[in-house]
Amino acid sequence: MLSDSTASAEKQPAPLSRSSALRRLMGIGVVILCVAGGFLYLGGWFSPNALTPARFVDAFERTDGVHSGFRRNHAKGVGVSGYFESNGEGARLSKAVVFKLGRVPVTGRFSFGGGDPNVVDGPNMVRGLGLLFWLPDGEEWRTAMVNLPVFPFQTPQAFYDNLVASQPDPKTGKPDPEKIAAFAASHPATVRALSIIQSHAPSSGFDNTAFNSLNAFWFIDAAGKSIPVRWTLAPVQPFAAASAAATAQTDKNYMFDELIASILQHPLQWHLIITIGQPGDPTNDATVAWLDGRGQMDVGTLTLNHIDSEETSPARDINFDPLVLPSGMAPSDDPLLSARSAIYSQSFTRRAGEAKTPSAISPAEVRK
Amino acid sequence: MNTASQQTQFTVLMRILHWLMAAMVLTMLGIGVAMVASLGDYHRLVSIHRPLGIAILIVVVIRFVNRQFSTLPPFPASMSSQERFVAHASEVLLYTLLFVLPLIGWGMLSAARFPILLYGPLHLPPILPHSVTLYAFLRRTHTVLAYLLFLAFIAHFGAILFHTLVVRDGLFSRMAPWRVRAR
Repeated sequence: MLSDSTASAEKQPAPLSRSSALRRLMGIGVVILCVAGGFLYLGGWFSPNALTPARFVDAFERTDGVHSGFRRNHAKGVGVSGYFESNGEGARLSKAVVFKLGRVPVTGRFSFGGGDPNVVDGPNMVRGLGLLFWLPDGEEWRTAMVNLPVFPFQTPQAFYDNLVASQPDPKTGKPDPEKIAAFAASHPATVRALSIIQSHAPSSGFDNTAFNSLNAFWFIDAAGKSIPVRWTLAPVQPFAAASAAATAQTDKNYMFDELIASILQHPLQWHLIITIGQPGDPTNDATVAWLDGRGQMDVGTLTLNHIDSEETSPARDINFDPLVLPSGMAPSDDPLLSARSAIYSQSFTRRAGEAKTPSAISPAEVRK
Repeated sequence: MNTASQQTQFTVLMRILHWLMAAMVLTMLGIGVAMVASLGDYHRLVSIHRPLGIAILIVVVIRFVNRQFSTLPPFPASMSSQERFVAHASEVLLYTLLFVLPLIGWGMLSAARFPILLYGPLHLPPILPHSVTLYAFLRRTHTVLAYLLFLAFIAHFGAILFHTLVVRDGLFSRMAPWRVRAR
């Protein structure tokens, strides 16, 4: 088609006949339509049922409603800050600067799972802790952890299908038990994970909760060697079982209020424990616990000594994207990781453009 | 002007930069529209999108500066003054979008207080203060301008096909990747 161009610019070929010009115009139209169609295809315009970040966040919104300015999941929370003091041991596993001997500032956020920012506190709800480690030279490590020992879903699709199955039925206002049973029947990995989760008694508060990375990651050491890891924040505060007489009836924020009271009394501390996977340990399945006997290393202590309401904390406007990793850490092949990154970003973008509404834990509540 | 009228092609450097830019921008548009709809590939795509955007920003600045110091081949005699005006305006639009889109991307990540990773520990400093309101505005603008860039590309591509296949005035030869002999 381009042989014409070797002719000199001044030497005009004879004009085309009307019909041949028309044919060529139609050909150009077809080429343009193909290019535009390819672009729209890549954007998912022709696959309306494919799971996308937007459709995932829509499902959260259908389950818990839209609460202006709040996260679409883990909506109820408070901001915290403090520092991480590395003991230098972790440098043997990863070249990440966070593991060099010394101290880095940390911003974090405690939360409850679910999209309702005014949900009543309860010991059986999923507890979350998002952390941002501010490393030298503008590097960052962000991690979003929960108190579950394993994650209930293997894939983003399973998570989504469960969200859809547990949406309130418009007739009864409650989730349909048949749909939930059907989901469980077709997801044995979820059933196995839930039995592990239910065998762990919840602790009394946020301060004595252990938080887990759930997903596996790779640590890369200075020599370039990679090992699969998971991590846990193990509380220094002693375990106490959640009491049955817990008092959500008198104070719907009682767990957050206890957290505020204890952090104002003394700084709260957690040991960062790295669990080192062995060959054959699944790195792509967060529903499965790694067997006992895996090597564990205490790499330092997290100290949280300051607490803020959502309104006054910088944590509100931070996306605790688990794939913001420093050099020396890398994502595993767990399909949840990329999906979490995509969905957190979608949730962040939606709430960023909305008017902020007051959070359940008000600035006054934090100061009292 | 005598020498300029004998020049039928853009300089070799200008043509290299043009085709390099064409490949980068088409890749970028495809990655951009795919990554926002993707779960499993999101991280991989976004890890290419950011450094590629910064590379485009660098190349567009080099192209713009180089263009100021280069002699451009004349438009074919077949093009009317209106057509020349439209062609020139579309070039201004393309250059502007190719410069502004990466800057907005960089700015919106800055406003979101998100690290702008290029490769390994290599990253860019923020150019705007942390403000989610600003982020939300820039994020929307990034999408709108990206679609506008795609439409501008389609118009550019369509116009060249039209001139080459229907008008047959040799417009394409000015930017052809190979050498076209002057008369």
